[in-house]
Amino acid sequence: MNLQGKNVTLHDMSLRDGMHAKRHQISLEQMVDIAAGLDEAGMPLIEVTHGDGLGGSSINYGFPAHSDEAYLKAVVPKMKQAKVSALLLPGIGTVDHLRMARDCGVSTIRVATHCTEADVSQQHIGLAAKLELDTVGFLMMAHMVSAEQLLVQAKLMESYGANCIYCTDSAGYMLPEEVTEKIGLLRSELHANTEIGFHGHHNLALGVANSLAAIEAGASRIDGSVAGLGAGAGNTPLEVLCAVLERMGANTGIDLYRIMDVAEDLVVPMMDHPIRLDRDALTLGYAGVYSSFLLFAKRAEAKYGVQAREILVELGRRGTVGGQEDMIEDLALTMARERGLR
Amino acid sequence: MHNKLKAAIIGPGNIGTDLLMKMKRSAWIEPVWMVGIDPESEGLMRARDMGIKTCAEGVDGLLPHVIEDDIRIAFDATSAYVHAENSRKLNELGVVMIDLTPAAIGPFCVPPVNLQDHTRNLELNVNMVTCGGQATIPMVAAVSRVQSVEYGEIVATVSSRSVGPGTRMNIDEFTRTTAGAVQKVGGAKKGKAIIVINPAEPPLIMRDTIHCLTEDAPDEAAITASIHAMVAEVQKYVPGYRLVNGPVFDGNRVSVFMEVEGLGDFLPKYAGNLDIMTAAGLRTAEMFAEEAANGSITLPARG
Repeated sequence: MNLQGKNVTLHDMSLRDGMHAKRHQISLEQMVDIAAGLDEAGMPLIEVTHGDGLGGSSINYGFPAHSDEAYLKAVVPKMKQAKVSALLLPGIGTVDHLRMARDCGVSTIRVATHCTEADVSQQHIGLAAKLELDTVGFLMMAHMVSAEQLLVQAKLMESYGANCIYCTDSAGYMLPEEVTEKIGLLRSELHANTEIGFHGHHNLALGVANSLAAIEAGASRIDGSVAGLGAGAGNTPLEVLCAVLERMGANTGIDLYRIMDVAEDLVVPMMDHPIRLDRDALTLGYAGVYSSFLLFAKRAEAKYGVQAREILVELGRRGTVGGQEDMIEDLALTMARERGLR
Repeated sequence: MHNKLKAAIIGPGNIGTDLLMKMKRSAWIEPVWMVGIDPESEGLMRARDMGIKTCAEGVDGLLPHVIEDDIRIAFDATSAYVHAENSRKLNELGVVMIDLTPAAIGPFCVPPVNLQDHTRNLELNVNMVTCGGQATIPMVAAVSRVQSVEYGEIVATVSSRSVGPGTRMNIDEFTRTTAGAVQKVGGAKKGKAIIVINPAEPPLIMRDTIHCLTEDAPDEAAITASIHAMVAEVQKYVPGYRLVNGPVFDGNRVSVFMEVEGLGDFLPKYAGNLDIMTAAGLRTAEMFAEEAANGSITLPARG
């Protein structure tokens, strides 16, 4: 594989996707420290707020330590070169949240839908583009459809005004070959000036390999997180990806030792649990289940006595999509009752 | 014996057609007109086949017939954009408007919670909130009638096939309107609404989760009884409204997990979200008819 001379924009997720792994409890001080460290290391884009994006604060997904607005207002002014992004899932957040984020100084809005439901993003993508924000369409759980179906949805988002389209492996299920096919088709069929992005999860330990496949196939933006802090077995560990890309001669503009230090000195000590491929995280990748379900399934196991792995496999079998966290307790109750545990 | 109230349906799409099929069975409401804008539309053809008068000139085409056909109730299943004008024109002629769009110019109506207030006041425009609101607000109200609810949150999960283009183009309207009604009708001090669209095949039956945070420790026995009683009330007009799990109590959190299966009239059974709207709309009209028949309200006078 030859990535020599390719320019790659890395996008850190540790302060947004990483919120899942921290039950949305990262403090303002921790956010600012980590973001400042990433800024110093040359990270061009950093995403912050609740794990489920703007407006994610809820019983269903968890109440965060601070509001989206508080996180954005704390982080944005401290950035010397990095830009800050925010995620918005229509159905959870609204255009009101989008305007608030813009007013806080966010430069990038990423509008996320399930990979078959892009048409719910029209009003949000349209507004972000109208506000002249860097506007990203983020197609989640992209493993659940064919490359052709994904392209249809990507074209919708592009037509609403997105200047960048993501193929998002929310379950960490994809194998490199699939990444190559999907990113390749998006690259060849979308406008030449539309950027393509890839967001991986490390549930099959393929975060780095899949990201390389994506870059080779034409993706120019790659998501990951320092120390992998993210849902499931985490996102693509960025310091690892940086080292690999450096050896391959691709350009990220990131100081490798500095990002290694942010990972080791700031992020790892903050973890509630080691971000690793335990059997439940592996099950996410194996069964194709939304990564942020992990801790909910573990809690349901502790409360109702049904194995997290069994719950996750059943959620995968039912075709559950991102946002259906409420299904986990519901399903655990039903499974426990059927087994005479309750 | 009583006379059925005569009704018009505006908007011959999925909702309008499903409503028509339910109305044909009603003991209180008689469907007379179906109003559309395209004479060739399948919806108007279906209505004609079912023996209903149709017009393709919008509400303006219906107006000359309102008095001669004694139309007393209209259901608007079009869009929020045209609803206000439709309502104004028909209200002027003394027609009660039941709004199935998200326009919400009249008060929110969730039948087992506050329908009687609206009929007694003879509200000329009532709004049926959203499908998610109809499915969940009775549960919020079931908790808040026992004790104070600090925060109410609902999550509606619906099949991709059951979500039409109108909802998709303005999904924020769903979240805002539903959250507002969780407060105003459900009785929660603060409300939040989330909608998730799932494309699984075969399509999933509408699912709803209702979370409440009570101000003080929840009275488990009283809340459980109240929820079961409320489920029975909703089942009177939506038989497929089912409590799957709960109430679950966890500190001050009360959670209820519901499933809503439709009757499968025009819309498939999985589309409980659409069914509960049409059933609630019809139930509302029937209540006006019952109250008029027993003399507790007097409909606008007609010469």
